[in-house]
Amino acid sequence: MKAQGRVHKYGSNIDTDVIIPARYLNTANHKELASHCMEDIDKEFVNKVKVGDIMVADKNFGCGSSREHAPIAIKESGISCVIASTFARIFYRNALNIGLAILESDAAAKDIKDGDEVAVDFTTGVIKNLTNGNEYQAEPFPEFIQNIIEKGGLLNSISDRLE
Amino acid sequence: MGMTMTQKILAYHAGLESVSAGQLIEANLDMVLGNDVTAPVAINEFEKAGASRVFDKTRISLVMDHFTPNKDIKAAEQCKQVRGFADKYDILHYYDVGDMGIEHALLPEKGIVVPGDAIIGADSHTCTYGALGAFSTGIGSTDLAAAMATGKTWFKVPSAIKINLTGKLNEFVSGKDVILHFIGMIGVDGALYRSLEFFGDGIKSLSMDDRLCIANMAIECGAKNGIFPVDETTIEYVTGRALRPFKTFEADEDAVYDEEYTIDLSTLRPVVAFPHLPENTRVIDEVGEVKIDQVVIGSCTNGRLEDMRAAAKVLEGKKVAKSVRCIIIPATQQIYKQCIKEGLMDIFLDAGAAVSTPTCGPCLGGHMGILAKGERAVATTNRNFVGRMGHPESEVYLSNPFVAAASAITGYITDPSKI
Repeated sequence: MKAQGRVHKYGSNIDTDVIIPARYLNTANHKELASHCMEDIDKEFVNKVKVGDIMVADKNFGCGSSREHAPIAIKESGISCVIASTFARIFYRNALNIGLAILESDAAAKDIKDGDEVAVDFTTGVIKNLTNGNEYQAEPFPEFIQNIIEKGGLLNSISDRLE
Repeated sequence: MGMTMTQKILAYHAGLESVSAGQLIEANLDMVLGNDVTAPVAINEFEKAGASRVFDKTRISLVMDHFTPNKDIKAAEQCKQVRGFADKYDILHYYDVGDMGIEHALLPEKGIVVPGDAIIGADSHTCTYGALGAFSTGIGSTDLAAAMATGKTWFKVPSAIKINLTGKLNEFVSGKDVILHFIGMIGVDGALYRSLEFFGDGIKSLSMDDRLCIANMAIECGAKNGIFPVDETTIEYVTGRALRPFKTFEADEDAVYDEEYTIDLSTLRPVVAFPHLPENTRVIDEVGEVKIDQVVIGSCTNGRLEDMRAAAKVLEGKKVAKSVRCIIIPATQQIYKQCIKEGLMDIFLDAGAAVSTPTCGPCLGGHMGILAKGERAVATTNRNFVGRMGHPESEVYLSNPFVAAASAITGYITDPSKI
């Protein structure tokens, strides 16, 4: 599992209200949610994001509400991976549950700049900054998380238990 | 090695003798919760996975509280979808307009959640029930879908921060100030992934409403849960309400904590959190001149009876400033009715406040009190993020209900003791 793309860089404490404002939570439609992704702090995001791009942020990414609409909006906008110094715990869980790849790396979050080209290998946890040549090591996914992602989300991974 | 209170509840629900921080466990759940925003996503997942039954129709709560009474056609469709699901699976605890309340006020009030429970809810403020001595935490819609089908979920066992409370709160200071003060100390990610466990003599002076408010905002410093020991106040509160028998847990004497803090409640002053993070706290004496346009008194944080009484105490015989819109939202029908019985409703209406049926509406910028560009609100809610209550260039200041009511009267953020 790999990803490569151009970086959209944000700061600390990016909360779920700015990822997808609550005024748009009257729908669960993925495309509609994606069309408002990040709009309260970066109106241009939806116009400049390309499929495969990578989002990088500082600490406590995804803090605030439990809305799964937030990782859904990011994933549907085309982002292949979010790298941050730390993630808020509900967002962390939600992202993996819907199959949005996320990696924690303080070194990567501090060094990577907006617009850098970055490649990620999820099996090894290695993040390469192709713009400045630097490399950062994140924790690769543990086996049970790999299982959730391989099966395309939590629900599929437990389907054998459902009638 | 001893276990924290949270760890003991998790071990019990995982069927294990003991657990330790960092361990991954699968736990049986006593209650799972969704609302009109998060349940539709969960129901889509539930159906997509081909699930054909729920694990227990008496242990799922679906509360239509966020955009209700339906704010627009899309919101109405979402509620309709959840209502259809509740009908199909005969969900016992389905609450809609007329009998619903704000979920985290409603579930404890009705005895649906009890001490010793393990609870998850697709709402970040599910951590509220820690006030009752339960383990409860927020999760997302996919976790809710899986839990509705299986009655189980996985957890990483958290380590804990110990908070010793001593002394007693002064007049015009409440549970809200305790938790805002603490968030101001450790920051919005200061407790990331961890439990907040409260101890000390100070707890006995805290009412259940204060404790519910404190546990409610544990998430605002990143905590997985916040939990209080079960004492006389807890037992008194749950007696006559609890719909199920309950079990109480307490931390081991030799439990290990990552960090330890002591807060002397008698030293606290009313706290205001400035935009745009709950950690931007200032005591009321350092607020300066902040002109406001709106006041909201309500939410899962401060919409309970004591909060209504606090607002009424300040507003009695006074008028809301001409330049201010004051919106008061009792969190449940029972609280609403009690406001009428105690004469609080007369005080609110005579003061020129608007009183609404229960809804989360304005707290998350949904409806019932949206801010225009450049407007400022004092709110007894829990978040003041960019755009939280409306326009991205509006501002929310978080406070207790005494401060909010006082500010409604003067039009500026105001110390209630000066009214």
